[in-house]
Amino acid sequence: MIRIGIDVGGTNTDAVLIDRQQVAGAVKTPTTADVTGGVRTALRSLLDETGRGDEVAAVMIGTTHFVNAVVQRRGLNRAAALRICLPSSASLRPMVDWPEDLAAVVNDGAYLVAGGHEYDGRLLAPLDETAIAAAAREMRAADVTAAAVTAVFSPLTDELEARAAEIMRQEHPDLRITLSSALGRIGLLERENVALLNAALADLAAATVYAFEEAIADSGITAPLFVTQNDGTVASIAVARQAPVFGFASGPTNSMRGAAFLSGLDDAMVLDIGGTTSDIGCLVTGFPREANNVVETGGVRTNFRMPDLLSIGIGGGTIVDSDTLAVGPQSVGHRLTEAALVFGGDTLTLTDIAVAAGLAEIGESAAVASLSQQMVKTVTAVVSHRLEEAVDRMKTHAAPKPLLVVGGGAMLAPQAMGGISEVLRVPHHGVANAVGAATGQVSGEVDRVFRDMTRDTLLAEAEAMARDNAVAAGADPTTLKTIEREDLPLAYLPGNAVRARVRVVGDIGALARAKNAK
Amino acid sequence: MYPRTLTIDDIEALALGAWILGTGGGGSPYHRLLNMRELYRAGNKVTLIDPMSLANDALVAVLSNMGAPLVGQERLSDPAFATKPVRTMERYLGRTFDAVMSLEIGGGNGLHPLMVAAVTGYPVVDADTMGRAYPEAQMTSVAVANLQCYPLALADIRDNEVIIPRAESWRWMERISRKACAEVGSIASTCKAPRSGREVKDHAILYTTTQAIDLGRAVMAARDAHTDPVAAIIESASGIRLFEGKVVDIDRRATEGFLRGQAEIDGLDGDAGSRFTVHFQNEFSVGYRDGAPVVMTPDLICVVDSVSGDGIGTDVIRYGQRVSVLALPSPAIFLTPSGLKNVGPRAFGFDLEFRSVFEDGAP
Repeated sequence: MIRIGIDVGGTNTDAVLIDRQQVAGAVKTPTTADVTGGVRTALRSLLDETGRGDEVAAVMIGTTHFVNAVVQRRGLNRAAALRICLPSSASLRPMVDWPEDLAAVVNDGAYLVAGGHEYDGRLLAPLDETAIAAAAREMRAADVTAAAVTAVFSPLTDELEARAAEIMRQEHPDLRITLSSALGRIGLLERENVALLNAALADLAAATVYAFEEAIADSGITAPLFVTQNDGTVASIAVARQAPVFGFASGPTNSMRGAAFLSGLDDAMVLDIGGTTSDIGCLVTGFPREANNVVETGGVRTNFRMPDLLSIGIGGGTIVDSDTLAVGPQSVGHRLTEAALVFGGDTLTLTDIAVAAGLAEIGESAAVASLSQQMVKTVTAVVSHRLEEAVDRMKTHAAPKPLLVVGGGAMLAPQAMGGISEVLRVPHHGVANAVGAATGQVSGEVDRVFRDMTRDTLLAEAEAMARDNAVAAGADPTTLKTIEREDLPLAYLPGNAVRARVRVVGDIGALARAKNAK
Repeated sequence: MYPRTLTIDDIEALALGAWILGTGGGGSPYHRLLNMRELYRAGNKVTLIDPMSLANDALVAVLSNMGAPLVGQERLSDPAFATKPVRTMERYLGRTFDAVMSLEIGGGNGLHPLMVAAVTGYPVVDADTMGRAYPEAQMTSVAVANLQCYPLALADIRDNEVIIPRAESWRWMERISRKACAEVGSIASTCKAPRSGREVKDHAILYTTTQAIDLGRAVMAARDAHTDPVAAIIESASGIRLFEGKVVDIDRRATEGFLRGQAEIDGLDGDAGSRFTVHFQNEFSVGYRDGAPVVMTPDLICVVDSVSGDGIGTDVIRYGQRVSVLALPSPAIFLTPSGLKNVGPRAFGFDLEFRSVFEDGAP
């Protein structure tokens, strides 16, 4: 089966064509302002290079477009918040801890109504359906087009959020509604933040997915499109339109998945050294480990499922102060090819240090011949030490693990590190992210509370449901593999309640390809 | 210097300092800090007063939020809710308070009375009854001094209020109020047994609000100046650096309403080759270096991020973190025989004879 993977980054758009588990073609082209321009160019040169457009079975796109929209505060639509919480939580209004500039472009009003649950499943207060209907009518009158609904303890039961959405649709049929329970975890403010960011991306998600579909159709490819997710799987375009926040971290996730595919290793640390930062993550059974804590996105605290990543200011463009030998965190970023010494510029960067140290052959090595070897040695040691410490921070156990190094700045990684069994530079590491996109699988998940069942029975039931969900999402039933299986007894809930979470992945099946095709 | 109108910067510093003094527990002050920012934006202000300026017959409300941290994640703190039991108590007593103070300066409760003060206009007394965070009602200076443990007012967010007019002991008060708290959703705001001005002057732990603000300010200043925030904590709070290293193992379990467990830390730099084990029961309670006990409650055991100086909670400490283990001196009252009975190592299930790291010749 031939698949194309495309990673639309902030600087470059990378694309690969994978044929029977081999990289058969790879291209790198600058990302354009309209995003799809780069996709068109990448597709065209990839198809010209390989000449195999007709055989493509699926196209997977990962994009940092949505998270960049939040970070740069552009392309967002306004969104209102409906919080089901009264009489609790009234003093901290929705968006209370957002940066002002972001709240200014998103905030379309906040409505607090009575309702919600207790930690033990009792009602906090009866749901105020009249107030919800009134809020929806007000939103309609004020031309609100998107809304986020958040109820107290909705991760335990989403029934009140679902009921509220039903009432709101009756009053305001065109309203695009995001339910917090579909996205976030325990932590009202952070979950509401995720839902609001998602609601604020409704227009951009619809437009971007449409543009991707067009770009692919124009290239002559008839295969269906999938969009990559934070967890390393791919989703149908319908899911991508509804939950753009689930694509926020697809860049680093795809790099990690690509590193796993290219190395054949499932359990390893991954170090992705780019121009400005190094991202470090951990692969567990081939997928990125999830963060348990609050993750800030564009200055907003969120708590949805994101890969556990550590970013440090070490990259090929990182600026070195030749007097103090301070390394970063400033970087010349995408100006590397004009600013660095080896490119005729006047800024000392880590790329120059790497060339001077003989770690890489980039640009004019004569331009760095005059650097003192003592300084080069000192800076290289500082970089090695910081990378080593950051990698070690991201490990969860003391046992040594292999480290996979990818990205344009891979030459900066030391040859050996403490706590690391071996440092591996994988082939095609410059386009690992596109490879990760191309090899994406479909997942099915179950995360719910089971009562009065034995552990074995409930886990078996949860697994069966997750498998059904995976097949419904388009997985080939013969390729399903369970990658996560955990149960958490909820001591404070009545009826021997256990929260079980099972995640199953499988290859994209023929059915999904047919269904997702236009 | 007193009475002193606190600025929002003081309160930001207080949140940072209170989290360090929480010794791993007490819950994050974040939601209360957000409330204080909102209240200050709306023009409210808080005044801090010298406990020694209280009239002997002044009436002081001792305030805290009670409950499970998980519930606090979903039901957010709210100044109006925090104020409810104060009004309940005033109606019950038939008189108004003169001032409010913290039950515990450590963790989120360090900011709790400030929300009430901003709403009511009552001044905040620069004192608390723990000097840190502890999990139970009998672990206070006023309980150690055997002051009266009742009455207690407890409010729910709905129209439910509870008065416990009498209890046989602090432990009974703890049991009964804990049950009421669970019934209303495992979160309640409380007004503990009111204290007279005389009692505060004699038995509260004085000037802990200022101590926490100074601690937070010292950390902020060190960060701004790119100097060592951990050294700033030690200097500001007269502490000792016990160990510096990397967390290599965590064992954490929830039992009988407590978060219990231990963290193993492997030494770095000067401590390389040694292992430090720190046990916790909500808060950090005992620390062993290479198997030998070196620090124990009531000395404050603070585990902070070696780089930022931020406090690290027992619920979030994890493998790979670079941490510094510090000891800060305990309030004198807890070092007395009756103090040690309530908060010494045996109160937390460790069969150890208390020895302060601040004593001469300590290990």
